[in-house]
Amino acid sequence: MSAGAVLVGMEVHLQLKTKTKCFSASPYHYGADPNTLTDPTVMGLPGALPVLNHEAVRLAVRTGLALGCRIADVTKWDRKNYFYPDLPKGYQISQYDQPLCIEGAIEIDDDEGNPKTVRITRAHLEEDTGKSTHDEGGDKSRVDLNRAGAPLLEIVSEPDIASAGEAVRYLEALREIVAYIGTSDGNMQEGNLRCEPNINLVFENGDKTPIVEVKNLNSVRNVGRAIEYEIVRQQKAYDDDNQTMENTPRSTRGWDDDREVTVHQRYKESADDYRYFPEPDLPPLEIDPAFVETERGALPELPRARRKRYCDDKGLSAYDAEVITSDPAVSHWFEAVLAGDPARDAKKVVNWMTGELLRHLNDKKIHLDEVGLTPEGLGEIVDLEAARTINTRTAKELFREVIESGASPAALVEERGLSQVSDRGPVEAAVKAAMEAQAQAVEDYRAGNEKARGRVFGAVMKELKGRGDPKLVNEVLTELLG
Amino acid sequence: MFGFDDSLDLPVAEMAQRVRDKDNPLTASKLVETSLLRIETLDAAYGAFLRRTGDLAREQAAAVDAKAEAGEDPGPLAGVPLAVKDNLAVPGVPLTCGSKILGEYIPPTWATSVKRAVDAGACIVGKTNLDEFAMGSSTENSAFGPTRNPHGTAFVPGGSSGGSAAAVASGMAPLALGSDTGGSIRQPAALCGITGMKPTYGRVSRNGLVAFASSLDQVGPMARSCADARALLEAIEGVDPLDATTRGYDTAAQNGVDLGSLRIGRVTEFALDDVPGGEPAQAAVERVRSALFETGATDAELSLPLVQASIPVYYLVAPAEASSNLARYDGVRYGHRAEGGADLMDLYARTREEGFGEEVKRRILIGTFALSAGYADAYYKKAMATRAALRAQFDSAFAECDVIVSATTPTCAFKIGEKADDPLAMYLCDVLTVAANLAGLPAVSVPCGKTAEGLPLGIQVWGPPGRDGLVFDVAEQLEAMDGCGYEAPEVTS
Repeated sequence: MSAGAVLVGMEVHLQLKTKTKCFSASPYHYGADPNTLTDPTVMGLPGALPVLNHEAVRLAVRTGLALGCRIADVTKWDRKNYFYPDLPKGYQISQYDQPLCIEGAIEIDDDEGNPKTVRITRAHLEEDTGKSTHDEGGDKSRVDLNRAGAPLLEIVSEPDIASAGEAVRYLEALREIVAYIGTSDGNMQEGNLRCEPNINLVFENGDKTPIVEVKNLNSVRNVGRAIEYEIVRQQKAYDDDNQTMENTPRSTRGWDDDREVTVHQRYKESADDYRYFPEPDLPPLEIDPAFVETERGALPELPRARRKRYCDDKGLSAYDAEVITSDPAVSHWFEAVLAGDPARDAKKVVNWMTGELLRHLNDKKIHLDEVGLTPEGLGEIVDLEAARTINTRTAKELFREVIESGASPAALVEERGLSQVSDRGPVEAAVKAAMEAQAQAVEDYRAGNEKARGRVFGAVMKELKGRGDPKLVNEVLTELLG
Repeated sequence: MFGFDDSLDLPVAEMAQRVRDKDNPLTASKLVETSLLRIETLDAAYGAFLRRTGDLAREQAAAVDAKAEAGEDPGPLAGVPLAVKDNLAVPGVPLTCGSKILGEYIPPTWATSVKRAVDAGACIVGKTNLDEFAMGSSTENSAFGPTRNPHGTAFVPGGSSGGSAAAVASGMAPLALGSDTGGSIRQPAALCGITGMKPTYGRVSRNGLVAFASSLDQVGPMARSCADARALLEAIEGVDPLDATTRGYDTAAQNGVDLGSLRIGRVTEFALDDVPGGEPAQAAVERVRSALFETGATDAELSLPLVQASIPVYYLVAPAEASSNLARYDGVRYGHRAEGGADLMDLYARTREEGFGEEVKRRILIGTFALSAGYADAYYKKAMATRAALRAQFDSAFAECDVIVSATTPTCAFKIGEKADDPLAMYLCDVLTVAANLAGLPAVSVPCGKTAEGLPLGIQVWGPPGRDGLVFDVAEQLEAMDGCGYEAPEVTS
């Protein structure tokens, strides 16, 4: 039988980084003691009402814009009704038929490395549920409502993803975008990015396998593995049992991390009946176009565009562009160095940052914002070296000094007279003095011992206190040694 | 009255003024003690209160008196005893909603409306009985027994704010807070012979009001006169950061309308000619209309055909919202929890089976059905579309008239038990009130005479959204007419 083409649509729940919850003033952060981040609204106490946190809307709009979405002029809230202990009100406030963000896209690379667009259907804002834990083998369940009411952006893609690798790159791209724009931590382990791929296969004869939604995925790697597993499982079910959409309902399967398989959970015989209706406690929300434009204007350059620009305009290799943009803080720092003088050699800056700077951060186990060195400081070092005002050795010494102190390298060079000796007069005098002092070496060299030249060169540099312009020293040395 | 100290029978403004005046011997503590004594003496016959809050009232009264003593203003409701419907939260005081499902639940925070009344100087003397979750028109649906009408204890006080209505009518408290989702303030006010007002939707915060149907619920005042009711409304109204549906409205009384040349709307569909037992109410309407015309008002005949759909629309929209609002009573976090649940679903089912009464279950089922896939289009969505069209009809109507005058209820109070087994007959009690909730309009019911058996009738004044002051102004004129206004009941026990 023929192998089916893979169709994967992704549902991502992204927790937005607000200080307080989506519909109440209760604070939210990860890792607090159970049920300490609640209030009457979060707990669903009788008479407590939701009040919209406009910061959640702002972060959702910012994310939607970064994903190329259109922002709705008017949006509204709906109740999604179902019973579960971690859903304190018995309904979730969500958006049913008027999502905040409509039709966007994420650019990824396909498995051959060619650019590919994954279309985003919609992204809507909703509140998170609490968390249930069940005792292993015991009869107790516990509910923690800390997470309940935290703002979530649910981002739904079209089934444009055609492989496990594309799914992984889709998630990585999304995570990178939200890290750049600062709207979410996008951390799957902490649950602030959760994803449920919908997977099926389509065959040349038009047959389709039933769509499977996979849950319990707690890492990007497992998303890839689960898709790989489903591709094989669905192909086999089609080949062996002719299982198709016509004869088998959609289902939900859970990822079993230990056995690395997906396990059947339930069939979705018909669409779940959540009895959606407009949330009467919250008026519809009109979005001011001027606000949207302000947010659009405040978006930083996104990582994919930035990498392309570095390769096309700054002459960086794809590898260097990738390395320097992989962390938004590093990327913004790099940008700041280049911004000081657009003519600065980007490759040189990358070398400093991926070499000396990252080594220093790793040695000291500190973050970029904890070093004294400023982007302008590194820019000065690069400039001083490029102008041959200082040599590489001085540059490295300077770097080690200002990385902690944050002092201006240019000022230090000025103050201490560290600039390289690149005037012919003093260099010639130094060469002559060295030749006199190292008469034996001069003789050896002239007798054909190439190595002896190094001794003379070292003596010249010593005469110049290490600040001689090596290029000029070599020139003069060659001339005088004959 | 009743041989009690009669300072509790003063108009609220005067009562409060005497308390505020440090040279006047009347104190908040005195008023509160009088109110508590009347409750102690009378409430065994009426069952208006589910809980007396004597300690809280005395504490609040002492604070008011201390302020007055210190020369500070304790507020426009200084020392006025207030009865609070038991679906409004008072921190530290058990909240039942007339239901078993809330168990021993004690709210941690204030309902905004109650807090504002207290901040204005009111003292809470107790929590009043209601139909369970405010679902009913007779206060017979309370899990804690019925309340009786002070004008005849064999009769219902109306509902769902029947406890608050009986408390005010019997003189136990001069002011009460109620809630009105389909007539639950106005209908019991009419049946108990007092004034009850449903403000424009969004005028009073719903924060701390246990939700029945969120798009219809509104907290409002119940009192012996329009002036008293207006004083309470002015204390509790206004934008609340904890209720996103509140709006600021101009409190200006007349909004430029000349009361002498008012156009009085008569809605054809509100006529009671064909309603059995509707003659006395219809006659009362005619009487006040004629009196208004004598002062220069003019008649504006109107037809709002969709008013006839208001009962079916209401009994889809309200249960739909209720089915969602009441989902939180699941035994997991607070309130009643059934013993012996085999699993989660069983725990839910048993808890809700035991905790909710018949009428609440009926409405949860109706609402769940109306929202279900495959039925929502025919029921919930159609009802919402009709509701929007009804609103539009009222908008047009208020271009033709300044206020609408109608009866509040088709008949006077009925006997306890008379309609208890006939939900449809009970639903029809709301036929003259629900449209105001569906359209978000302000409407006030004022007492307007009695039937031959001595049971009160109410007349209702409706206004356009936000014109609550106008509605009160017209109601005050009706109240002043012969045979209208509050009359203390004969003590019947």
